[in-house]
Amino acid sequence: MSIGGRSLALARAHVGRPARAPGAVVLALAGLGVLALAVVIAVAAGSVAVAPGDTLGILLRALGLPVDRSWSPAAETIVLELRLPRVLTAIMVGGGLAVAGAAFQGLLRNPLADPYVLGTASGAALGAAIAVLIPFRAVFLDLGLLHVLSFAGALAAVAVVYRLGRGGGPFAPLTGLLLTGYAVGSLLAAGLAMTMFLAGSNLRQIFAFLLGGMEGASWLRLAFAAPLIAGGSIAIVARARVLNGLLLGEEAAAHLGVDVHRERAILLALASLVTAAAVAVAGLVGFVGLVAPHLVRLVVGPDARRVLPLAAILGAILLVLADLGARLLGEIPVGVVTAVVGAPFFLVLLRGTRSAYEL
Amino acid sequence: MPPIAELAGVTVAYRERLVIRGVDLAIAPGERVALVGPNGAGKSTLLRVLAGLVVPRDGRVTLGGDPVAGLSRAAIARRLAAVPGQAALPFATRVEEVVALGRLPHEDPFRGPGPADHAAVDRAIERVGIGSLRGRDARELSLGERQLVLIALAVAQAAPLLVLDEPTVHLDLRHQVAVMELLADLNRRDGVAVLAVLHDLALAAHFFPRLVLLDGGRVVADGPPARVLAPERIRATFGVDPAILAGLAAIDPDAPELTVGTRGR
Repeated sequence: MSIGGRSLALARAHVGRPARAPGAVVLALAGLGVLALAVVIAVAAGSVAVAPGDTLGILLRALGLPVDRSWSPAAETIVLELRLPRVLTAIMVGGGLAVAGAAFQGLLRNPLADPYVLGTASGAALGAAIAVLIPFRAVFLDLGLLHVLSFAGALAAVAVVYRLGRGGGPFAPLTGLLLTGYAVGSLLAAGLAMTMFLAGSNLRQIFAFLLGGMEGASWLRLAFAAPLIAGGSIAIVARARVLNGLLLGEEAAAHLGVDVHRERAILLALASLVTAAAVAVAGLVGFVGLVAPHLVRLVVGPDARRVLPLAAILGAILLVLADLGARLLGEIPVGVVTAVVGAPFFLVLLRGTRSAYEL
Repeated sequence: MPPIAELAGVTVAYRERLVIRGVDLAIAPGERVALVGPNGAGKSTLLRVLAGLVVPRDGRVTLGGDPVAGLSRAAIARRLAAVPGQAALPFATRVEEVVALGRLPHEDPFRGPGPADHAAVDRAIERVGIGSLRGRDARELSLGERQLVLIALAVAQAAPLLVLDEPTVHLDLRHQVAVMELLADLNRRDGVAVLAVLHDLALAAHFFPRLVLLDGGRVVADGPPARVLAPERIRATFGVDPAILAGLAAIDPDAPELTVGTRGR
C-alpha cells in the first residue's frame, strides 16, 4: 500500500509517524546504502586496520571487477578470509532474526514476541551446552557438534511446543502456544542450568554461546546457514499478506481469505528454521529480532509487506555495527552490545510515540 | 433470482451437542435480513457455517450457487464479507490501513494492492463517512467509531453479501441507529445483501424488512417483523412479557429511568 504515492489531504500523523512516510522502496535503498557503508567500515576496522580504499578495492576485485592490486597479500587474507565471512554472517543472522521476530510477533499477535519465544533459544542453548560437555570432537564442513546440536535443539523445542500447545480449534489464538513455549522453555532452562553446573572449566564456552558472537564465522559455516536463513526469510516475505490478515485476529483473517490453519503452521516452521540456523552459527544474539521489526513499524506502519524486508535490512545493519563494536572493544559478546546500545535507544523511541503498546 | 446464499437441511454439532438442527434459509440478492433469537440459539454458528468456517454434519451450504465446501477461502471472501466481531490490533494501525485489509482477497498476491484496490478503500471510507478518522490509530477510537471502521473494511471487500454478528453490541443509542441506518443505506443504494445477527428486537424490527427467529438451533419464524415478533412467540422464545418490546419502541426520551422486569417462562 503506497500511502506515500497517494494524495491524502485528510491524513494526519495521529499514529506518531509521518503521514507521508517516504516510500518503502526509498527506505529500502537508503538502508542498503547504509548497510554497504557499514560493511566496508566493518571489514576495514580491526586490530589490523586496512585502509578503506584498499578494503573497497579488495572487495570489488573479489567481485570480479578489474581493480589494480595496491595492497599486501596479508591485507587481502584478513579482509577476505577473516572479516568478510564474519560481516556476512552478521548480515545473515541480523536480517534473519529480524524477519523471524516480525513473523513471530505477527503470528502470535503479540508485540513482545521475539524469535526465541517458542523455545528455540532454550532448546538451542541446551543443545549447545550438551555438545560442550561431550568430549568427542567431530568437525564436518567446519560445523562442530555445538552447531549441529544447537540447530537440532532449537527445532526440537519448537516442535514439542507446537505439538503440546496447539489446540482449541483452527481459529483459536496462539496464546496457548505462547504459554506452552514459556513452560517448555523453563524446563529446558533447568536442564541448561544443570549442564552448566556440571560443565566446570567449559563454562566459558557455554556462556559465549548464550551471549552470541560472530567470532567463529567462516565461509563454510556461512555456506550452511545462509541458504537456510535467506531461503526461509524470502519464503516468509512472500507470505506477508498472511501476517496482514492476522492483524485483526484469526477469524477475521479467515474471513479475508487466509487459510489460517495451514498458513500459520507454514510460517511458524519457516520462522523457526531461520532462527535455528541463525542461532547455530552465532549463538543467542538477543534484541535484534525484537527491536528491528518495531523500529520499522514506527516508520512505515504494520503492513508486513513493507515491515519484513525493511526489518531484514535494519537487523543486518544493527548486527554488523554491533559486531564491529564488540570486536573493537576486545571481543566482548555481541549480545552485550546489542542490549546495551539497543535497549535505551528502543526505550527513547517508545516514549516518543503517542500510542501505547497494549496487550 | 437464485439465492446469493443458501442453507438447506443444515445440521451442525459441536462434539455431540447439536447447535443447528435442520435449518433451511435462503438469502436473495439485495435482501436485508436480521437473525434474532435468544443466546445460544445458534445465530453466530449459522453465520460461521455460511462462511465455511464451520463444516456442517449434514446439509448443503451454497454461496452464489456454489457449494461452500468446494470454494477456497479467498473465493469465499469475494462472495461474503464479514464484519469482524472484536478486533484487538497488536500494533498501531491507521484507520485506512485497517480498511485496506478488506482488499486482501482481491489484491495481486505478489504485487500487492493496485490502483483499483486504493480506489475501493477510498470509496469505502467515503461511503461509511469516516474520512476524518483516516489517519487515526484504530486502537484509539471509540467503540462506535471502531465499528464503523470495521464496516468500512467489509465494504472495501466488495462482496455481494455483508454479514455482521451483533454490530450494535456495546454501542450507545446514537451509534446503534447510525450503524443500522448505514446498513440499510448500503443495502438500498449499493444493492449489498445484509445478514445481521441482532439482539435488539426493536432495532431489528425497525430497520429490517425480514426477520429470522432462531431458537434451539431451529428456525421458528421467518418473515416480516410484525409476524415474527408476535406477542405469543416472544413470550415462548425469550420468556419475557412482550409488552416490553412495545414499551421500548415508545420510550419518551425525557422520561425518568426505565426499569425492566422479566418474567420466567
